[in-house]
Amino acid sequence: MKIKNNIAVSDNGFIFNPASGESFTVNQVGLDILNLLRKGEKQETIIQQLSEKYQADKAVIERDLSDFQAMIKQYHLIQNEE
Amino acid sequence: MTAKARYERPLIKKLESNMPNKFGLRTEFEPLTHIDGVSVDSLIADYGSPVFVLSEQKIRSKFKAARQAFETRYPRVQFAWSYKTNYLSAVCNVFHQEGSWAEVVSGFEYDKAIRHGVDGSYIIFNGPDKTEEDLRKAITNNSLIHIDHLDELYMIQDIARETKQKPKVAIRVNMDTGIYPMWDRFGFNYENGQAWDALNKIMFSGLLELVGLHTHIGTFMLSPNAYAIAASKLANLAQRVQQKYSHEINYIDMGGGFSSRNTLKGAYLPGTDTNPSIDEFAEAITSALMNSEYRPKTPPLLILETGRALIDEAGYLLGSVIANKRLSDGRRATILDVGVNLLFTSFWYDHKITPAQEFTSYTEDTVIYGPLCMNIDVVRENVSLPLLNKGDKVVIHYVGAYNMTQWMQFITLRPNVVMVDLDGKPHLIRKNESIDSIENLEEIPTHLSHFEL
Repeated sequence: MKIKNNIAVSDNGFIFNPASGESFTVNQVGLDILNLLRKGEKQETIIQQLSEKYQADKAVIERDLSDFQAMIKQYHLIQNEE
Repeated sequence: MTAKARYERPLIKKLESNMPNKFGLRTEFEPLTHIDGVSVDSLIADYGSPVFVLSEQKIRSKFKAARQAFETRYPRVQFAWSYKTNYLSAVCNVFHQEGSWAEVVSGFEYDKAIRHGVDGSYIIFNGPDKTEEDLRKAITNNSLIHIDHLDELYMIQDIARETKQKPKVAIRVNMDTGIYPMWDRFGFNYENGQAWDALNKIMFSGLLELVGLHTHIGTFMLSPNAYAIAASKLANLAQRVQQKYSHEINYIDMGGGFSSRNTLKGAYLPGTDTNPSIDEFAEAITSALMNSEYRPKTPPLLILETGRALIDEAGYLLGSVIANKRLSDGRRATILDVGVNLLFTSFWYDHKITPAQEFTSYTEDTVIYGPLCMNIDVVRENVSLPLLNKGDKVVIHYVGAYNMTQWMQFITLRPNVVMVDLDGKPHLIRKNESIDSIENLEEIPTHLSHFEL
């Protein structure tokens, strides 16, 4: 899963999609995930990095990550994966 | 090793710049961590989740404010606690300690008031269902019987004839006060002459002592002016009785129905900002009475049967998050251990819900479901709440009225009810139900006592 190249992500969590004109906000954990996705990191790496940074079980992070990914997919922020 | 940062589940929120926020004016991320100095965490630890919590301090202060609102405007005022609003004995006794009489609407509630130690002459007996046994008891105890229909009037007359007692009665009057829906199912109608007709029947019979006039125009009323119209109409009836029979009635009972601070479903602005204050109701009622043509030697006692407005804000329902999920359209859904079985009023109100612990200011529009396996179990259809996690605690506000009487033993059992006293000490005032409390009432016929699978 990779974020579309044209999506602008600011340091304080402001997201802009120039193709649709839509904008979004994310919280800090959401911002971390977006940045890792932009780098093309894999699911396992993202979970590992978040669990090193935050006080949370990997199972909780995994559950929340898949929910978050479903939302960004719904908002059309993801590159089409063939 | 450096400490890890606090985790919050990831959130992405679309910014809508062209639409007003239909979910309300503000979000509820300010936590309520303590009730009268007792922490929500400790209440849940000691009494379980969910748990109803009542603040004695809030009940008393609300009552005092209401009494002051009326007594500063009118010389003779009496409150009567509306049992159906909340008839937990501890709650009733707080009101009785403050000087409230009892207002009951069934034989069960009547017996409860007597058990609490209320003298029969301080019990107002309303409602359409009074059995002959109930009426005999009320007559013997000198209670104030508010007649709902002619069948009841005839029954009371029969008992009076038989027992040679003179029951103290009032009639309940329904009327057009300019509000919709007009309540006309209780009592006798003013406009079509039924009420006047019933009063004539009482006065002509000579069997009963007409002591008062009563009305109860509606529930969760948002228009003080409707009470002014009602008070004028009752005063008019009192004047006609005085003129025709030279008989002065002792009291005018304006019933209840004052709104609390809850927000009705469909209201655009929160009830805390828009619902009339008790002073506005007091001003409307007392002005109408004093400006009426009725001039007895002693001003009639003004009785108020206010329930909801005195207890709603003193009640809290504490609960916990069972789970979070995502609905098919992307909306967030949160399941609480508190449902419509305990929170009957969630059918009427958009209850204020706040977390009981600190969160960041990020919020999410959320549907709040209860724990029942029933589609109707929706506590809030949409509310902006912080990023709640499984196990987090929430506080539902303004639940003191009707929930602890209209709750259902449905699917789950009813929880503990706790009252925090004036010193901040919690007391269990109703024990939670167990499977025994339900099954002890059941009986299984012998042929159904065994089965094999």
